[in-house]
Amino acid sequence: MKARVVVTLKSGILDPQGKAIEGALKSLGVEGVASVRQGKVFDVEFAGADASAAKAQLQAACELLANTVIENYRIELP
Amino acid sequence: MKAAVVVFPGSNREGDMARALKQATGREPTMLWHADHELPADTDLVVLPGGFSYGDYLRCGAIAGRAAIMDAVRAHAARGGLVLGVCNGFQILCESGLLPGVLMRNANLRFVCRMQHLKVERNDTAFTRHYAKGQTIEVCIAHGEGNYEADDATIERLEGDGLVAFRYCDSAGNVGGDANPNGSRNDIAGIYSDRRNVLGLMPHPENLIDPLVGGIDGRALFESLASAA
Repeated sequence: MKARVVVTLKSGILDPQGKAIEGALKSLGVEGVASVRQGKVFDVEFAGADASAAKAQLQAACELLANTVIENYRIELP
Repeated sequence: MKAAVVVFPGSNREGDMARALKQATGREPTMLWHADHELPADTDLVVLPGGFSYGDYLRCGAIAGRAAIMDAVRAHAARGGLVLGVCNGFQILCESGLLPGVLMRNANLRFVCRMQHLKVERNDTAFTRHYAKGQTIEVCIAHGEGNYEADDATIERLEGDGLVAFRYCDSAGNVGGDANPNGSRNDIAGIYSDRRNVLGLMPHPENLIDPLVGGIDGRALFESLASAA
């Protein structure tokens, strides 16, 4: 079973990389961009098919995958 | 003073740190491996040196902060033992929960490697008693992620409880402005734990211990530690 963890910066946390990407998009002529925030995606594959067990394991994994001082995370299961 | 230096895969300042400790204490520190589970008996000081542990993968210090040896380091700190983290070591201390907050990418996105002045906030700690309060010192910095960030309540607590150890300043001692190399909140270069037995800082005092390399302003930190235990 494939799961996905999406880690994003909390609002209010300065994201200089997102800012630089935003500037680059504008210079490429991409129109209508109000802002860009950079995040991370982790695709985690489990050997079994038990979604609730996988969710519990991913909750534990997020202690490492995200730093909740500055980041939020979202667990996506099929 | 019995010191131990923890080496992680990707640490690269452990030799400089060992040299500074040897100069100040007169004895070689024990070098520990990240996979070790115990500190040598009677360890007074544990040092997490600079470098790029685990290639800075995931977040700087994130994987090292959860290494096997860190349980022993946490227990040492809980007993009131001294812990020093420099540069990547500071990042590891934040990721391990021994210090609050996080070191983010420098606000200007550049890796900065240069000499840097710091203001010593207080000189009544095990790390700074050989400095004067408010003294301006010159050491060096070399980091891409030294932008200290924490929530407002944490910053207020650090300031209110006198837990800021060093701030970035210019040669005249003026804190902040262009002297802040990385966008760090309140120009913070280093912080203490609540009991001031854990210190994390981005600058490298261990590199300024010999006139040959342009200054010895880092020596007093190690001399302070040598006389602390």
